[in-house]
Amino acid sequence: MLEIRNLSVSVQDKLILDGLSLNVNAGEVAAIMGPNGSGKSTLAYIIAGKPGYEVASGEIFLDGENLLELEPNERALRGVFLAFQYPTEIPGVGAMTFLKAALNAQRRARGESDLTTPEFMRRVREAAQALKIDQEMLRRPLNVGFSGGEKKRFEVLQMALLAPRVGILDETDSGLDIDALRIVADGVNALRDPDRAFLVITHYQRLLDHIKPDVVHVMAKGRIVATGGPELALALERDGYRDYAEEAA
Amino acid sequence: MNAHVANRSTAEKTLFRQFAESQGPEPSPARASAFARFAEAGLPTRRLEAWHYTDLRAAMADAAPILAAPSPVEIEAARLRLASRERFAPGAQVVLVGGRYIGELSDRLPVGVSVTEGALAADPVDDPLAALNEALSPPGCTISVARGTDFSEPITILHLAHGSSACSVYSRLAIALDAGARASFVETFEGAHAFVQRHAATIMKLAKGAKARHVVAVGDQPGLHIETQICDLAESAELGAFGLVSGGDLARRQIFVRMNGEDAKVSLTGLALLDGDRRADTTLQVVHAAPRGTSREFYRSIVDDDAVGVFQGKIIVERAAQKTDGAMKSQAVLLSPRAQMNEKPELEIFADDVVCGHGATVASLDPEQVFYLRSRGVPEREAKAMLLEAFGGESIDRIEDAVLAVALRARLSAWLGLRT
Repeated sequence: MLEIRNLSVSVQDKLILDGLSLNVNAGEVAAIMGPNGSGKSTLAYIIAGKPGYEVASGEIFLDGENLLELEPNERALRGVFLAFQYPTEIPGVGAMTFLKAALNAQRRARGESDLTTPEFMRRVREAAQALKIDQEMLRRPLNVGFSGGEKKRFEVLQMALLAPRVGILDETDSGLDIDALRIVADGVNALRDPDRAFLVITHYQRLLDHIKPDVVHVMAKGRIVATGGPELALALERDGYRDYAEEAA
Repeated sequence: MNAHVANRSTAEKTLFRQFAESQGPEPSPARASAFARFAEAGLPTRRLEAWHYTDLRAAMADAAPILAAPSPVEIEAARLRLASRERFAPGAQVVLVGGRYIGELSDRLPVGVSVTEGALAADPVDDPLAALNEALSPPGCTISVARGTDFSEPITILHLAHGSSACSVYSRLAIALDAGARASFVETFEGAHAFVQRHAATIMKLAKGAKARHVVAVGDQPGLHIETQICDLAESAELGAFGLVSGGDLARRQIFVRMNGEDAKVSLTGLALLDGDRRADTTLQVVHAAPRGTSREFYRSIVDDDAVGVFQGKIIVERAAQKTDGAMKSQAVLLSPRAQMNEKPELEIFADDVVCGHGATVASLDPEQVFYLRSRGVPEREAKAMLLEAFGGESIDRIEDAVLAVALRARLSAWLGLRT
């Protein structure tokens, strides 16, 4: 479903992704693990279409369409969703206003009419309850004054409402205590679906105790250097990334 | 003063002639004195500190003929226009046509509020355009709010320009709140075209404990909009003011506030929306003259294309004004590489026990914020409009009046919608 071929990407002439190839199948939860600086977050951003990266070679196909030729919003409408490691605070834009704009953008792209306010409210309320997000939080400006855990839960809330084809979780466990981690993981697990894939990017095994991956990829120096089952994550937790770092060098 | 006439610009020469013609053989001493103050300085250039970023002498090729009082036919035409337009705010409306109060077009005012001919005198401020307004304006009117009056529904003062040829429109309005009175005012400027040169003055006098909200919306397209506000606050008086500029080739809003009494509070806020090659200059002078005054100034600008924004703010804390609490902030977003914003916040403090601060920022839209919105499917244009609405909206929200905020936000949305 998501197919990355020989992707090389640099930022300000520094090569970050170096001929990376990766396949993620529908229904699959793929973990991407790797040391700091291995290019994990860049991979997440480049799929989502963040400006500022230079693609030297390669393609990213989602359902046969090359995402690199699409604007970030067009990618979102094709079903790409990035749960940010550090969700951006946007003062003055209400969380609800934002959710409505996002949902309606998706509906308009499908030729559907905008959601009515009661229907919109109902959907948000249901999704928020599952993630233990209280209504007061939704009245605030987008991500402003949210705790780390609230920001991550709000990312998952958006993912639940937008129902993407592929959800990319960028270090979603960072800054979360164990209770918040469990809520977020439950939220993600509830979205697992035979038609949906997840790319779970994490430095630590901990998140994978809660979101069980089907496949684990190890990333180092901008490419995938090892692929295995869940046991690979445990081995990394035990032995660290040193072997892979040297191999890639 | 005639000795200098040889060096005068064309506009200045015209102003001299207009003053002589308008006053007849014996001008009133007050007007003569005001014109002398104007004449001494002339039209301001960059050399005058308060006009450093707006060279009015260069910008004014000539002074347009002074608009005569509206004829009965013109008043009827204004009545038709009023009937066909949507009001900016609910509540009673006072109508000025060509700078003159027109009672027959105005609504009955709430109990405790009255309009009288002639604007109250303002404390003189050191500014040539304030002096020019005093010298050349029709007598104007005063809206008085009696002691004990308390209503929150705004009274709208509609400045309607009439006529289709080049003209100068002078107006002078005073708003006076008696002790403890509370009231809310909106001044909207409408109907001016590119050949209109507007010189509007508003004098506000707040007696002890009076509380006023004052919102200004400049939405029409005059070639020149010069607006002077002169506000005096007595003990424990409070003023919350907001100004929106979304039209006009060259707009200058200059606000002089003097907090004469103890424990007075002032909040000055504004939003300038600039596109094309328009210019808008907001210049404030806030004088703390008595102890324990609080002043907050919060201005935002959105500047696109080749437009130029100016914010100058000076907080002066006189020796007597101990325990002053002052904070001034101006923030601008530039949407084009050619757009300009000039900011000059200043403090002059002569008391030793005060808390004062100022800050100014000029930035582009935050690409991280734009990307975040786009990553959720929101198109780029809409994402940017959302961020600009938020940026502008935060200044509008400071007026703390939900009804007026809706009307002002509609102007902001309309302006954003016109940009492609």
